Amino acid sequence: MSTTVVIAKRELSSFFYSPIAYVAITLFLLICGFLFRNDFVPGQPVSMRTLFEWMVWLLVFIVPILSMGLLAQEWASGTIETMMTAPVNETAVVLGKFFGALGFLVVLLAPTLVYLGMLAIYGRPDYATIFSGYLGVLLVAGLFMAVGIFCSSLTRSQVVSAVAAATILFVITILPWWIGSSTAIVGFWRNVIEQGVFNRYVDFSKGVIDTGNLIFFLVATAVFLFLTVKVLESRRWK
Amino acid sequence: MSSGTSVIEVSELTKVYGQTLAVDRVSFTVQKGDIVGFLGPNGAGKSTTLKMLTCYLPATDGGAKVAGFDIFHQSEEVRRNIGYLPENVPLYMEMKVREYLTFRGQLRKMERGMLKQRMGYVLERCWLKNVENKTIGHLSKGYRQRVGLADSLLHNPPVLILDEPTVGLDPTQIRETRKLIKDLAGQHTVMLSTHILPEVEAVCDRVIVIAGGKIVAQGSPDELRASRRMTARVLLECKGPADEIENALTRVNGVSRVEIVNNGGAYVTAAIRSKEGFDVREEAARTVIQKGWALREVRLEHATLEEFFVQVTANQAVAK
Repeated sequence: MSTTVVIAKRELSSFFYSPIAYVAITLFLLICGFLFRNDFVPGQPVSMRTLFEWMVWLLVFIVPILSMGLLAQEWASGTIETMMTAPVNETAVVLGKFFGALGFLVVLLAPTLVYLGMLAIYGRPDYATIFSGYLGVLLVAGLFMAVGIFCSSLTRSQVVSAVAAATILFVITILPWWIGSSTAIVGFWRNVIEQGVFNRYVDFSKGVIDTGNLIFFLVATAVFLFLTVKVLESRRWK
Repeated sequence: MSSGTSVIEVSELTKVYGQTLAVDRVSFTVQKGDIVGFLGPNGAGKSTTLKMLTCYLPATDGGAKVAGFDIFHQSEEVRRNIGYLPENVPLYMEMKVREYLTFRGQLRKMERGMLKQRMGYVLERCWLKNVENKTIGHLSKGYRQRVGLADSLLHNPPVLILDEPTVGLDPTQIRETRKLIKDLAGQHTVMLSTHILPEVEAVCDRVIVIAGGKIVAQGSPDELRASRRMTARVLLECKGPADEIENALTRVNGVSRVEIVNNGGAYVTAAIRSKEGFDVREEAARTVIQKGWALREVRLEHATLEEFFVQVTANQAVAK
């Protein structure tokens, strides 16, 4: 078994010992439930689009809570020392933690498949669109988790880590959407705003898998993971 | 000392943190199967040196070989060949003992059958059998220390590096841990750091004394004791006039110096330093009795490592 998988498994199981993870799951599912209830009425299109778009907003706040301890806690408790003095490299540690935490997000999203079941019973949902929506949510979750683990690598304090991650996610997701609603912004700044995560995501929720968007999410995720590896290695530069 | 059997070779190892020189050109070798004590006060550079040997921190200058591998260029091989117990024993508190050790074994890519066999051995060896399914966070400090020790032994590494292995343990646990470390020698080469002198005397074959980032002395505990400027002295307690006692004892054959160390009350205590190769106890006692002074005690006092330690570190402070 590769060390990445070993670390991912440990990380995923550690979430189930953390009360805060259960709080996150509960809140997420509760809010999703209410949102779905508003959409799930006779006469409406059989889709989950509104729910998907709301999920992105929820993840802006939920991911930082889940990611805050990933490395900050290792620094604070010193377990990073036992980890790095085993024959393990920094990339395996970062990827392991990333995929472990992403695995927990999958656990968090999985119960929403119930809604799909309900749509299938009472109507004829467009499976392709819903698949594209889930793919989009996973890509967004991946990018958010990469930002989260990066913030967690910079500090020993989980609070600082969570606040920093939430701030970055707000700036790259909600802020461009908010400013974008004003038509006064044109030209260069309009282009910048259109790079916002939410704008990039909306196509997925409509059922459009655009290669440009796909690459955007994968590359941005890789960049933050790469930076995290460098932060972890930086103890050897001092 | 033949270089063929040295397991740890450190040459001119140096670590600078910003403006602070934490470790200053430290060089030493550790022979296969030895237990070497790294002795020094807090902040002497013990932990920093061990962190460099375990490839956690890079050296600013100099180098080292552990188990034949270079700590710079063969970091992964070095880490495969060491078992390391860091100071304060960091562990994942939410995990169970066996679960944690399994994780560590898998992280080291131990083969399943081997892991099972070694697991049984370390749980037995580190007295963890009765807590193997308990959550680490619920265990006492002593048990956590054992979990850390079990982790460092799990992959049967040729080299064990233990940073303050007995800190925070109760006296019984300290005795057990020392015994365990002694038993491990021969099979493993052990390097442990401590600021507790009796530990070095009880456990180690060789001692390296470090203060202010520099090695100030090294040798076997006996050699160090012998090399100490303060040689053994005889303490003699009797009833009589202090100056007369001093005079009489000074004339005894083999005595180099007499000092009255306690002159309060009826009894006087004289500290006698003898010349090389003399045991002055019998002669001194006879002298006192002949003079009619009531003799209460004659005692040979070895200078402890403690005194030596205070002395070398004080010298170090003066030299600065």
